[in-house]
Amino acid sequence: MEEGLARAVLWGCLLVVLGALAAIVGHVLVQGLPGIDVDFLTTAPRASGREGGILTTIVATLYLVAGALAIAGPVGIACAIYLAEYLREGSLERIARFGVQTLAGVPSIIFGLFGFTAFVLWLGLGWSILSGSLTLAAMILPTLVKAAEEAIRAVPDSYRQGSLALGATKGQTILRVVLPVAMPGILSGVILSIGRVIGETAAVLLTAGSALGFAVSPLDSGRTMAVHLYLLAMEGISVPKAYSTSAVLILLVVGLNALATRITSRFTVRR
Amino acid sequence: MRRASREWQRLGERCMERLLFAGSLSGIVTLGAMVVFTFAAGLPVILRTGLGRFLLGQHWRPLEGEFGIAAMVVGSVFVTLGALAAAVPLGLGTAILLSEFAPPWVRRIARPAVELLAGIPSVVYGFYGLVVIVPLIRQHLGGVGFSILAGSVILAVMILPTLITIALDSLRQVPDSYRQGSLALGATRWQTVRRVVLPAARSGVVAAVVLGAGRAVGETMAVLMVTGNVAVLPESILSPVRTLTGNIALEMGYAAGEHQQALFASGIVLFILTMILNGLIQLRRVGRVAR
Amino acid sequence: MINVLGRQGRPLEGQLEQRAKMRTENLCVYYGSLLAVKYVSLPVVRHSVTALIGPSGCGKSTFLRALNRMNEVIPGARTEGRVLLDGHDIHDPSLDVADLRRRVGMVFQQPNPFPMSVYDNVAYGLRIQGIRDRATLDRIVENSLREAALWDEVKDRMRRSALELSGGQQQRLVIARVLAVRPEVILMDEPASALDPVSTARLEDLIHDLKREYTIVIVTHNMRQAARVSDWTAFMLNGELIEYGPTERIFTNPSDPRTEAYITGRFG
Repeated sequence: MEEGLARAVLWGCLLVVLGALAAIVGHVLVQGLPGIDVDFLTTAPRASGREGGILTTIVATLYLVAGALAIAGPVGIACAIYLAEYLREGSLERIARFGVQTLAGVPSIIFGLFGFTAFVLWLGLGWSILSGSLTLAAMILPTLVKAAEEAIRAVPDSYRQGSLALGATKGQTILRVVLPVAMPGILSGVILSIGRVIGETAAVLLTAGSALGFAVSPLDSGRTMAVHLYLLAMEGISVPKAYSTSAVLILLVVGLNALATRITSRFTVRR
Repeated sequence: MRRASREWQRLGERCMERLLFAGSLSGIVTLGAMVVFTFAAGLPVILRTGLGRFLLGQHWRPLEGEFGIAAMVVGSVFVTLGALAAAVPLGLGTAILLSEFAPPWVRRIARPAVELLAGIPSVVYGFYGLVVIVPLIRQHLGGVGFSILAGSVILAVMILPTLITIALDSLRQVPDSYRQGSLALGATRWQTVRRVVLPAARSGVVAAVVLGAGRAVGETMAVLMVTGNVAVLPESILSPVRTLTGNIALEMGYAAGEHQQALFASGIVLFILTMILNGLIQLRRVGRVAR
Repeated sequence: MINVLGRQGRPLEGQLEQRAKMRTENLCVYYGSLLAVKYVSLPVVRHSVTALIGPSGCGKSTFLRALNRMNEVIPGARTEGRVLLDGHDIHDPSLDVADLRRRVGMVFQQPNPFPMSVYDNVAYGLRIQGIRDRATLDRIVENSLREAALWDEVKDRMRRSALELSGGQQQRLVIARVLAVRPEVILMDEPASALDPVSTARLEDLIHDLKREYTIVIVTHNMRQAARVSDWTAFMLNGELIEYGPTERIFTNPSDPRTEAYITGRFG
């Protein structure tokens, strides 16, 4: 009796969770998909977004993704390698790890505040793609480090020993054996980070601004899709365009998640 | 020849190690820079106003130089508690089901669903709340719709993935021998879960809740879009509120001078709040290792 | 004192001295405070196969890993005493550990090909030495695979992943990978323990052929294998070297009762 009731309640929980997801995704797609066509994706917004498409916001988003990854990618992977391969347990290890872990829990608006004082004002970069990239790089750093470190730690020790026993140095072993084997895991961290950059709004608004034109130079301000959606909705500019932009964002997330799953599953099959 | 190339190689190794070492400090250096910059910008206002008056002051009148953030702190806390009240049972229930009862095909469906839930940008959740949840509340429960309730509902959905993933991880880490031992004594599956599995996974479940709370407190856009953002103490869950995060995002665009500093000061409060939540988890983790 | 008497009963000390490719002197290996290898002095005779036998946990693998300083990879491991390669101590700071490991190669218990193509596996050791020339790589890869008796089986699948090979093929691939860097000594740590009987027989034939060019040290728990492939045998127990001598004598006429007990199967 109690057993049956408990099970029913638990199944109910799952159904509510799945139902909420279906309701949100379904509603946004049903309302937003009809407005998405080639024109929507390939023309610049007009009349602050009431008409036209979202091309400039796509460009700004891509720009920001590329910038944040270019900065955080090498740094994060270097950090992960050092944590996994060089650091023995000790106070230095604890400090380095504390930094990354704490950063992971800091709200994005704080990153925005930091980016605003440090990059926009102090470095004088203004509201720009560059300020936004630097800020988001700091924000995705923990994601990248965590994924990369886990992937590196999962590489079997026998590969390292085999390489060292052939006369390879530690550096050669890491570059030629460990990193290639860990690459799928590192890539799924990168994909996760791309998702976060695409979806971030608060930190971007404070550092990259919301200029609706084409961002050409990294010092131009740019409005990403997420910021665009926020302004469309909050300033009541155009609900249909907001729906369509939301739908594009959801489709992007679905695509990225599918890509990540494919990379990981292909990796496990080959093993 | 060989010796010379070995020398170069050794030099390369040393350079590489130095570079990687520099990279490993990136986390702590970034964190340090964030603390320095936000504190430098926000601390003066707190000192001038006085910590007590800043935290407990009920009036946020930036143009008149009055900076009390009590209403916003209360707003953040209420919205977060509301979200937890809905999301903790739902998330835990789902995690327990997936870990203990659900057949594999359900897990195969649920996993990508939870990942999708985690991946949807917060601004999309906020938009959904704005066009669906807020009007629903206005029509059926009264008020303007922009409310603690609307914020809590949207936040609950947003923190579900965090709760489910971490709780599920800790449940899966409970050794199967515990379950078998209990089942062999004639306990039903649910009794086993309640009396053996859940207690064994307790610290992970607590971590899930704390992390979920951290996410809820820090969330900005989705909440901002549905809570109405009135900086006064709320009267009921249908009252509009302004959260700490929302306050910063709303006013940063035009704030200047002392007003801007006050926003940084509320950032500091938020920063410390999330640091405390994080510290709780890290302390627990260290404690567990030490034991 | 270790008994090193030849079949004819005359001392081999002087002869061994000249013929020793490697030799250890009072070698000790610690794991933290645990002494895993205790004051072992042992010659490794040039162009021969030396087998290390003994029950599991007797320190034979640890001893083997001391010969190319692979123990240094393990945190907390520490070595004392001397290990001479051609008369020079391998712990000498002027000697580069990567160079040492190239000269003293190693084959592990579990076949550990890298998750790359067959070709890239064998070429790995050459590429890390900076050899880029395609023709040179091709030539050495082919020669090494021929030497490892694997060429005929893989010559049509050089670009395929090495992980598709069978266990026995993987172990010979790993040997080819070691041979490609032209080592002088090859250390083998229970190389057949993960293989089926047919693959094991092929591997033993290969070891027999390789000793013309290389000096081989093999750790094995299989005494019949030691008897079949080796010229010299060392018996270890609890980290100590109990007895060393020509394989035939150790197996037919051991001088230490513990050796006899072990090879007649009374323990281990």
